[in-house]
Amino acid sequence: MGTSVNTAEGAYEPLLADDPFVVDGVALGSRLIMGTGGAPSLDGLGEALEASGTELTTVAMRRFSPDEQGSLFQLLVEKGIRVLPNTAGCFTARDAVLTAELAREALETDWVKLEVIADETTLLPDPIELADATEQLVGRGFKVFAYTNDDPALARRLEQLGAVAVMPLGAPIGTGLGILNPHNIELIVARAGVPVVLDAGIGTASDAALAMELGCDAVLLASAVTRAQDPVRMATAFRHAVTAGRLAAQAGRIPRREHALASSPMEGRAQFL
Amino acid sequence: MEQYRGGAPSADVAVIGGGVVGLGIAWEAARSGRHVVVVDPAPGSGASFAAAGMLAAVSEYHYQEEDLLGLMLMSARRWPGFASPLAAEAGYLRTPTLCVGVDAADRQALADLRAVQEEHGLEVRSLTVREARRLEPLLAPGISGAFEIAADHQVDPRRLVSALLSRLGPERLVRERAQGLLWDSGRVVGVRLADGSEVRAAETIVANGLGARTLEDLPVSLPLRPVYGDILRLRVPPSLRPLVTATVRGLVRGRPVYLVPRSDGTVVIGATQREDGSDAVSAGGVYELLRDAQALVPAVAELELYETTARARPGTPDNAPLLGRVAARHAEGGAAGDGGDVPGLIVATGFFRHGVLLTAAAAAICREILDGGTEERWAAFRPDRFMDDPRRASTVHERNQASGRTA
Repeated sequence: MGTSVNTAEGAYEPLLADDPFVVDGVALGSRLIMGTGGAPSLDGLGEALEASGTELTTVAMRRFSPDEQGSLFQLLVEKGIRVLPNTAGCFTARDAVLTAELAREALETDWVKLEVIADETTLLPDPIELADATEQLVGRGFKVFAYTNDDPALARRLEQLGAVAVMPLGAPIGTGLGILNPHNIELIVARAGVPVVLDAGIGTASDAALAMELGCDAVLLASAVTRAQDPVRMATAFRHAVTAGRLAAQAGRIPRREHALASSPMEGRAQFL
Repeated sequence: MEQYRGGAPSADVAVIGGGVVGLGIAWEAARSGRHVVVVDPAPGSGASFAAAGMLAAVSEYHYQEEDLLGLMLMSARRWPGFASPLAAEAGYLRTPTLCVGVDAADRQALADLRAVQEEHGLEVRSLTVREARRLEPLLAPGISGAFEIAADHQVDPRRLVSALLSRLGPERLVRERAQGLLWDSGRVVGVRLADGSEVRAAETIVANGLGARTLEDLPVSLPLRPVYGDILRLRVPPSLRPLVTATVRGLVRGRPVYLVPRSDGTVVIGATQREDGSDAVSAGGVYELLRDAQALVPAVAELELYETTARARPGTPDNAPLLGRVAARHAEGGAAGDGGDVPGLIVATGFFRHGVLLTAAAAAICREILDGGTEERWAAFRPDRFMDDPRRASTVHERNQASGRTA
């Protein structure tokens, strides 16, 4: 897996087929990364994952044991979806490193989505622990996907410390508030040499489209789908939204103007722009 | 309790598993005049030991789980009749349920859910904060809203287990672990026990929760997984009684928690849901339960915490039970296309969060099956329903290819 391209609509295929999401040298056909938290049932989660078209799914190692038969991990294997283990629930760099080691041993992957949380009320990343953990994990050979604040300076630091992707939040986890500081996200994208994944805060499809229009390489979300009343329908919406945002970002939008401009040009005038 | 002695006893019905579901089924079968034997080394020590016993068909409804709702409602309707011969012994109480939101988003989530509950004909009454606090003065003043569900009651599962065991009588109980099923020319004829002995029966009912995963010679693979839960029991000091009179179910900044008041002055606070593979009580789980319960009812801090328990619930992929007979074609050597079911075998497990509530339904449906028939609508819960599901066998990519990759 990883190289096949899984487009939202057949008609887009020529435009999207040559546009995989490449991270750590792996090409993924979908630019939507799904989390698994909050799903009411395993079956419901499976259907939502399929509807989303995702090829990469993140799982909290502290919540799910990889040893159980019939578990979430088995579902992901059956569906051929790659697992990105995460360190949700860790408050210190030490916690996060231990959890990542556990994940690497159990799942035989050196990919890890690094979450080091400052407090339970905001679930915001603790920037200092996050930087320390990134440095330690990179030193131990992990490929770190760093979940970070929407701080361009910190995102840059994480990249310099060796993260293979930086994942700034749109808003705190589970809030569904959308992208609260689009300018910062644009700044992070503009200066990044590694993929930027908008992670957390997504509430509905337009938030994901905006993330892609701002230049993000992918979007990661969980609650917006798993806690929706109809998760399959919402997952389908996100699949289209991410595709739409990506195409729009590449298509070159018109400038914002103060005054109206008729869409049909006046006859006889040369058109230059 | 005295152990069943003697070689190869035979019965009309052998029930593997002495939790609430197995005992409920056994009692119903015994009341129909059948000779029943229950096989369990430690009855009532599994999920039944932990369960809070909410009979909450309405508040347990989740979006898109309409089949399960139908079964839960049928069971809730049967509970008064099921409980009445057990009298007060089982701790069956018609206390209502109050669903409480802590912040504005919680109130919105409960209101959204209520709209769908009402579409399904369920009665959910919206209360103002003042109305709710008139009913339950110890509720936190800062709650954002409340909904009353009069139809969601409770039973005490530990007392229910004792009541059912005493009704069945000690001679009905075989205190041994079931090793596997006994087969004879294509039919199940009883249970092989771990000590090498046998219980022969015309009908065998597999009701041992997660234990069904290791039961040998089942003709169907049961997709069960352990979903662990932490649950707390606290004593309310006399000066604070009653802490609450209704079962209080809260949504605390998106996290669910409940307080179930018992008639003996204790309350049950639950429950976490963990799939981390640990059967030990989680310190983080206990902390979160107490924190969230205290957000609903600040006086929780004054209670005596006298018990913390963790048990695994038998989860299924769609949260609905595995209940009914099994098609013979799934059995080894079963003829392909043969429309019949394996004779002598009924499965009743996978009740997940709803074992106590669904005990009345499981007992009624198993009795229908023993009597020779069952309503078509319960076919949605057949234990072999996952065997024919193409989704079980394919990957995303295979399916995309099969469907021509159209969205």
